[in-house]
Amino acid sequence: MKKTTILMVLVVFSAIIAAAQDRPTAFINARIIPISGPAIEQGIILVQNGKISAVGDARTVRLSSDVTIVDVAGKVIMPGLVDTHSHIGGAAGADSSAPIQPDIRILDSINARDSGIQRAQSGGVTTVNVMPGSGHLDSGQTLYLKLRDDAVKIDDLLIFDKDGKYAGGIKFANGTNPIRATGGAFPGTRARSAALVRDQLIKAQEYKDKIVKAGNDKAKLPARDLAMEALVEVLDRKRVVHFHTHRHDDILTAIRLSKEFNFRLVLQHVSEAWKVADEIAKSGAPASIIFIDSPGGKLETMDIDFRNGAALEKAGALVGFHTDDSITDSRWLLRSGGLAMRAGMSREKALYALTMAGAKMLDLDSRIGSLETGKDADFLILSGDPLSVYTRIEQTWVEGKKVFDFADPKDRVIATGGKGAGNDGAAHTDIHDLDEGGHE
Amino acid sequence: MNSKYIKFLFILIALLAAVPCAAQIAVKGETVYTMAGAPITNGVVLINNGKIEKVGPASSVTIPANYRTVSAKVVTPGLIDAHTVVGLNGYLNQPNDQMALDASGPIQPELRATDAYNAEERLVQWLREFGITTIHTGAQPSALMPGQTMVAKTWGKTVDDATIVPTSMVSVVLGSAANRSGGSPGTRAKQVAMLRAELIKAQENAAKKEAPKDLRSQIMMRVIKGEVKLLVTANKDQDIMTALRLAKEFNLKIVLDGAADAHMLIDEIKASGFPVILHPTMARPGGDAANLSMETASKLKAAGIPVTIQSGYEGYVPKTRVVLFEAAMTLANGLTKEQALSLITIDAAKILGLDSRIGSIAAGKDADIAMYDGDPFEYTTHCTGTIIDGKLVNEVVR
Repeated sequence: MKKTTILMVLVVFSAIIAAAQDRPTAFINARIIPISGPAIEQGIILVQNGKISAVGDARTVRLSSDVTIVDVAGKVIMPGLVDTHSHIGGAAGADSSAPIQPDIRILDSINARDSGIQRAQSGGVTTVNVMPGSGHLDSGQTLYLKLRDDAVKIDDLLIFDKDGKYAGGIKFANGTNPIRATGGAFPGTRARSAALVRDQLIKAQEYKDKIVKAGNDKAKLPARDLAMEALVEVLDRKRVVHFHTHRHDDILTAIRLSKEFNFRLVLQHVSEAWKVADEIAKSGAPASIIFIDSPGGKLETMDIDFRNGAALEKAGALVGFHTDDSITDSRWLLRSGGLAMRAGMSREKALYALTMAGAKMLDLDSRIGSLETGKDADFLILSGDPLSVYTRIEQTWVEGKKVFDFADPKDRVIATGGKGAGNDGAAHTDIHDLDEGGHE
Repeated sequence: MNSKYIKFLFILIALLAAVPCAAQIAVKGETVYTMAGAPITNGVVLINNGKIEKVGPASSVTIPANYRTVSAKVVTPGLIDAHTVVGLNGYLNQPNDQMALDASGPIQPELRATDAYNAEERLVQWLREFGITTIHTGAQPSALMPGQTMVAKTWGKTVDDATIVPTSMVSVVLGSAANRSGGSPGTRAKQVAMLRAELIKAQENAAKKEAPKDLRSQIMMRVIKGEVKLLVTANKDQDIMTALRLAKEFNLKIVLDGAADAHMLIDEIKASGFPVILHPTMARPGGDAANLSMETASKLKAAGIPVTIQSGYEGYVPKTRVVLFEAAMTLANGLTKEQALSLITIDAAKILGLDSRIGSIAAGKDADIAMYDGDPFEYTTHCTGTIIDGKLVNEVVR
């Protein structure tokens, strides 16, 4: 094709997309699991401009004449999944120079074309908390991402708040991962781990005091310190601490620190949650758990148990799930709900844990986590019940756009694996596409 | 009855309860998957003296009065994990419980799995509690020839109680996992050169009037004579082809293991006639296994290639996978429920050469049974009991 022809095709194509965005699309005849209420057997979900404009029973939702109808009879629609703890994007945070590095931003390290992001889309993950690792007491700032399609840069995946700031938390860890036998700047014991964190948070309190005292007098402001600035956000409860912790005593240490410094806490992993479920519930901290197919792998996870979800639910804690991808693959996040139910969690809370609980942990529950009017149109079309092994995720939609379709051979290879599935951006930005005029 | 007598009775009952019941058992199942024919609705399996005595519909099998009856919604043969390192590697992942790999040399086919197997390892119990009754376990696939494999039942206090085949296969590893960092072998070509040298030596030894008595020569002669199979772990297409080439060159009996790229070599594998012990369905893609596919089991089965799946080796978590879960993941990827069940029962038994003993529920076979409260593969179903050699060895509901 000549360049002008290509240009014309692109212009026409863009126009079609723009028009399609304004036109509402109705997905009809599906069984809808909105999470915010009981399942709707013969439901309609209406999507426009990336948002859910209506959801409900087929008899109650009115459709305008310009609506595009998509009949999904026999399918199940549920909100997109929220993974509260993942390492997709090939991200690496803090280096070996210090055990506490709050100035590190995982933002500066993510490969937006990583095949792991595409695998997560195929697994129904629409929102994810990408974190730096657990080899530090604080390995840096985390990032909440929307898994929009065809991202070429990290900016394409960010979630902005009303002040225009991108959303994210900060990663803390205790237990054996941050402990180094060689010592040095790193802790050699659990007690020193806690002491080092306290030291830094006290420094941050002093840093904040200086800023407060300076008032409008810029000359009195302390020298800028990005690490301190991040920790001040923690102290101000503006940045949530995602605390990697396994053993029962480590879980209680994380809770103790959060009370001492009044920071907002999300407990991550909590492998021994069943031993201290009441204490977790009493603290008010939400807990995100992981399902590992067998116990152990290291000493502090020797007592991890499928019953963590049930124990936390019974105690009254808010329970979410995560993959810790690549510890478990993003494609199996939905399976966590099934395994939780196997071990005694209620179906309702298992589904909630996959969606709304995670949304709450990331402070995004006003935008995602359930199918309600006004929320982002992030949803999954499933071949059957979400908690059945026979069910396949057929489509994943983010903000009203289809980001995964099992019927598309390029997407299918991401979902099932196969030749080229592990290549970065293999599904949508292949060098050969250039010859076909598909990408410029 | 006086109180002393009652007390004695209680103690006796408690003792009997603590020891797994080895007497006669009748297993009733709403559905019994025998894997030796169509599933039986309302079936009964009679077990006597560690073996299956009779199986059939309740209407045609009379349960003798002295048999203990256990019931389940679904009854299957005990499941088989066709390749693992469980028992040699433990769940804690500490140096003192990781004994599946000796790093002192690349070629050590004389290392016997039985000398490292811990029958009381928690992961053995873990697998048993999901209905897995037999494991093919051995050397960790992280060196060129890391050692031997064995077949064990997932029950018993000692390795002797558990073992059913002391030397099952000799492990060979091709590709990245066989390279020694900073040492030799360091390339694929060197790996194969070293293997060839070893195999030629075995040929020469086998032709001698008086064969060398050292353990390495002894086991390699059994390999070259075809008495012991080579379990060749090869994930990349070129490594799979190398395995097939070596087998032809030295007239070896091999079993392909891992085989992530098998879906690209269906014709070649089919023509070789060798079976495949496929990687776990949920294995992480990456490295030599970057192209692995969840649809491979289905594709190999459709091509008529003997195939089973394995829990494999994991360096971190999960310290072991569970083949029940791995087989379950083939269901949305091309296989039917009965095909998936076949993968981890009779198909595995055939590939391990043990189908006359295990893998299906048929008269005369070992009484290895798994019981479930629903479709065994559903996430929300529990394993409600496990019988091994006629003993009810697990009643934990998992």
